[in-house]
Amino acid sequence: MNRTARNSLIGAGTPVVLLALWWVLSDQSTNAFFPPLRIILERFQQLWLFQHFQSDILLSLANLFTGFAIAAVLGITIGFVTALVPTVRWLIDPLIHFLRGIPPVALVPIFISLIGFGTEMRVTSIALAALFPVLIATVDGIRSVDQDILDVSRVYRLSRRERITNVILPSAGPQIFSGLQVSLQVAFIVMIASEMLGSSQGIGAMTLLAQQSFMIADMWAGILLLGVIGFAVNMIFNLVRRRVLAWYIGSRRLAKSA
Amino acid sequence: MQTTNAPDASVPDKNVPPQSRKKAMAQQPDSPEQSVPRLNVVHLAKTYGSGENAKTVIEDLTFSVEAGEVVCIVGPSGVGKTTLLKCLAGLHPVSSGSAAIDGRTISGPPPEMALVFQDYNRSLMPWLTVRKNLVLPLRHMRLPAAEVKERCDSALEAVGLTHAEHQYPWQLSGGMQQRVAIARALAYRPEILIMDEPFASVDAQTRFDLEDLCLKIRRDFNMTILVVTHDIDEAVYLADRVVVLGSKPARVLKVIDIDLPAPRDQITTRSLPDFAHQRTDVLSLIKRPA
Ligand SMILES: Nc1ncnc2c1ncn2[C@@H]1O[C@H](COP(=O)(O)OP(=O)(O)O)[C@@H](O)[C@H]1O
Ligand SMILES: [Mg+2]
Repeated sequence: MNRTARNSLIGAGTPVVLLALWWVLSDQSTNAFFPPLRIILERFQQLWLFQHFQSDILLSLANLFTGFAIAAVLGITIGFVTALVPTVRWLIDPLIHFLRGIPPVALVPIFISLIGFGTEMRVTSIALAALFPVLIATVDGIRSVDQDILDVSRVYRLSRRERITNVILPSAGPQIFSGLQVSLQVAFIVMIASEMLGSSQGIGAMTLLAQQSFMIADMWAGILLLGVIGFAVNMIFNLVRRRVLAWYIGSRRLAKSA
Repeated sequence: MQTTNAPDASVPDKNVPPQSRKKAMAQQPDSPEQSVPRLNVVHLAKTYGSGENAKTVIEDLTFSVEAGEVVCIVGPSGVGKTTLLKCLAGLHPVSSGSAAIDGRTISGPPPEMALVFQDYNRSLMPWLTVRKNLVLPLRHMRLPAAEVKERCDSALEAVGLTHAEHQYPWQLSGGMQQRVAIARALAYRPEILIMDEPFASVDAQTRFDLEDLCLKIRRDFNMTILVVTHDIDEAVYLADRVVVLGSKPARVLKVIDIDLPAPRDQITTRSLPDFAHQRTDVLSLIKRPA
């Protein structure tokens, strides 16, 4: 109890301390590239609250979540089919072996080159890039399900559906969530990149435009916004994870303390 | 000692659910002409792997278990006891010979059987609470909710874990986890219960209680029970017959009939002179270099 309280205090406190430090150290800055935080926040407020809220922030977030959701559903589904259907496994396995060794972010350029114009293409490239981490994690998670647990399911004659939803899915859950977390990061990066490269709308586009027109405070305001969004999205993800994997987190904590 | 050969090929309807089959059983109590044993193992052999990696664990095992009997299997560790049970449970195919229930060759997990695994901590679902672990195998039976509840309640009470029903297995001690695994098998109400060193990790008092529970469910449900144990006293106390395995590969050294009066009692039975004799019989077989 005490430790979680302390951890969440550190989690919330660190950004506040950093921001305060930034504020104080930059306050007298005359460097054109590092404007005072005071001015950045002023622009932040003018730009994002609420002038471009709907046209850009909501648009970016909608792309991010649609792309990520598609990747999650497809990745888990294809992962199950791959792990459980021998012929499909035979086809997809080589691809997975190849991709496993590559850091997911290294694949981003491929998907950026696919980016065309229009929302559909952007969502498609986000979904494609985010697909692989969760797909690979799902396949790995299903393959490492304990043989004893599978034997138990057979002895008690669970139906195929019960085996998939009540045994294999929860058992692979921790690994699937690790994959989802990487997918989310990749989706976020591709979202920003897709807006910087192929769009005049969205947070990424606004930020790049500001940089190109030497509106440095505006650029920093955009970066700050992206940071805040990344932080919030990750926090929400962890809340969901902690709920769904409560059994796993609890058992791990117990095993460590024992 | 029964070592019936070639089981007759009568194949009862596989679609009859365990429940109604149990009723059918009850109507024809141990008639003398019932010649096919409940569980019959004939020249069973098991080899893991193939080619150069082939490892023959069981070479030739023959023994049988009659309906309502408690049979204990004892033998040195690594001899292949767990392998045998997994073959009987239909988890591993046998390499030659056969295992049959009521004359039907076992080719997959039989509906009337439950198995309590040796690795209790890996056989429970850590994402389910104790009660939900018990409920999961019952779901496909489509029982009325009241019956599911009643079965779980009585199984948990039998192993003394009513208070832990909402906890997760990993929050419990090893002995308690093993009792959850036993309770799960009890709630399933199998006709044949197979247990792999089920009492190895519980304290002495609980162990006595579980042994008596084992004898009680045999009486109450006319269950057929096969227990692997490395504890010779336990084998003699529980069993109608003890199958002594020798290594390696595994073979039956001897099947010893245990003639101790029923009902058995932890104190009086264990202090009988016959108890000492029979445990000496088993012990001398095991101690003898194979
Ligand atoms: N899946 C397997 N593949 C290959 N060898 C196995 C496998 N399972 C068990 N064995 C081997 O079979 C032998 C008997 O094991 P086991 O049946 O667990 O013995 P026991 O339960 O009597 O201690 C051991 O030597 C073990 O290494
Ligand atoms: Mg064993």
